[in-house]
Amino acid sequence: MLTKITAIEARLFFREPGVWLLTILLPTIVLVVVGLMFGRQPDPALGGRRWIDIFAPSMVVMTLAILGVNTLPGRLVKYREKGVMRRLSTTPASPRSLLIGQLAVNMGVAVVSLVLLIVVGNLVLQVPLPKDPIGFAIAFLLGMSALFALGLLVAAVAPTPGVATALFVPLFALVMFLGGVYLPRMLLPELLIRIGDYTPPGIQALLDAWSGTSPQPAQLAVMGLITVVAGTVAARRFRWE
Amino acid sequence: MNVIEVTNLVKRYGGHTAVDGVSFSVEEGEIFAILGPNGAGKTTTVESIGGLRAPDSGSISVLGLDPRRDRDELRRVVGIQLQESELPDQIRVSEAMDLYASFYAEPLDRERLLDDLGLADKRKSMYGKLSGGQKQRLSIALALIGNPRIAILDELTTGLDPQARRDTWQLIEDVRDSGVTVILVTHFMEEAERLADRIALIDTGRLVALDTPAGIVSRVDAEQRLRFRPSAPVEDDLLTGLPEVRSVRRHGPTVEVAGTGNLVPAIMAVLARNQIVANELRIEQADLDDAFVALTGRKLAN
Repeated sequence: MLTKITAIEARLFFREPGVWLLTILLPTIVLVVVGLMFGRQPDPALGGRRWIDIFAPSMVVMTLAILGVNTLPGRLVKYREKGVMRRLSTTPASPRSLLIGQLAVNMGVAVVSLVLLIVVGNLVLQVPLPKDPIGFAIAFLLGMSALFALGLLVAAVAPTPGVATALFVPLFALVMFLGGVYLPRMLLPELLIRIGDYTPPGIQALLDAWSGTSPQPAQLAVMGLITVVAGTVAARRFRWE
Repeated sequence: MNVIEVTNLVKRYGGHTAVDGVSFSVEEGEIFAILGPNGAGKTTTVESIGGLRAPDSGSISVLGLDPRRDRDELRRVVGIQLQESELPDQIRVSEAMDLYASFYAEPLDRERLLDDLGLADKRKSMYGKLSGGQKQRLSIALALIGNPRIAILDELTTGLDPQARRDTWQLIEDVRDSGVTVILVTHFMEEAERLADRIALIDTGRLVALDTPAGIVSRVDAEQRLRFRPSAPVEDDLLTGLPEVRSVRRHGPTVEVAGTGNLVPAIMAVLARNQIVANELRIEQADLDDAFVALTGRKLAN
């Protein structure tokens, strides 16, 4: 039952070309386009590192932000509005299985998008593979969980799709901004950089693990905490109709 | 045998009492219509039966199950078609059928069900591309796919064109004939009259009448009207002398006779005896619409 729902949700995901182009291809395309233009030479101002290597983790933030604060909760809000969940609640299948199926599909897409980014970045721009792969996997999974949980929390409590959108748009912009997608993080004030360290999905932990430093436990712990708190409240408060 | 027992059902939303002490029972294998104007509490009643809403007081038993406590078991044996519940636009008809079939232990044959519902050539179509009638029929198919013992269908023909509506009625009769008990929520008199074995007439949250369609009509002190243009002049006395006749009025050459009982044969007989032919004869009889007005003092809004 759950695998069937997940399989169908995956098919529906890929039936909307805009969505999978945006979530799977766009981050890689942006990285390649930006990288072909500049940032490929070691920069003394960055301690001899290449700017594009520091920018790459921000593209992971972009993927996770599009999925976690846009695609995933947006679709759930739409399903609720259309009565898809209500319809499901009249059958032996729980609407909860629809939520789990959606989570599985979006997490799968996030992983595919990440792998594409790492592989293409490495082949085209020689961005090194994550040097602390285990630390990177942990930072990625925790950061994704925290951001998805926040998205679900908004979807859970927003009374109407309009309110949901009104909450998603600034949250999305904030995550992208603090994650260094709009502006390189080094141009941000120190305070905003520090806030960004603890804002899902945790850009600093991704960057550290990618460049070979172990992610800081405090940053990972905050991601875990946000996942648990936001996820629990979302699960408790989720309205099916 | 009763498959559903509803006793003193009360459901409030805030200060508004949507269902106010409704009781009825549904027999196995019948088509039971819940009829009433919009906002009468029909949907709340069936959603309580389906376990989607918790009653404030009263009790409901469906096949011996408590719809709230035994929700999981109830869902395996009750198929529900809801108002205003859609599917994702991108899902194909066959995928929706496969998905819903996967929820049940012994689903019906999907291909046959689609055939019966006239959706066989829409298998590959996406939900968003279906017409209103096709969406409605798919929704009925999904309510029946689990081979339920009871099917609850809420406003199933709203928005359908007359032909699609008649096809759907035929389908519902076929479903009943296959042994499924059908609860039909409707505000269409014609639908209830045509399909229902029994009708529960609900108005402002209360049960106004519970009977067969003919039984409900007969509760109305049914006055009949007869209009005709006589081929030769008719004296009023000739007609008012009949016990069935209450009043005689004239509109130019047309005579209008109101009365009860066997009014039509009585008038015809007396006209025939006087060698008068009733031209342009029109007869008006009470129907469920009249019954509704008589029982509630209001018109059934369409």
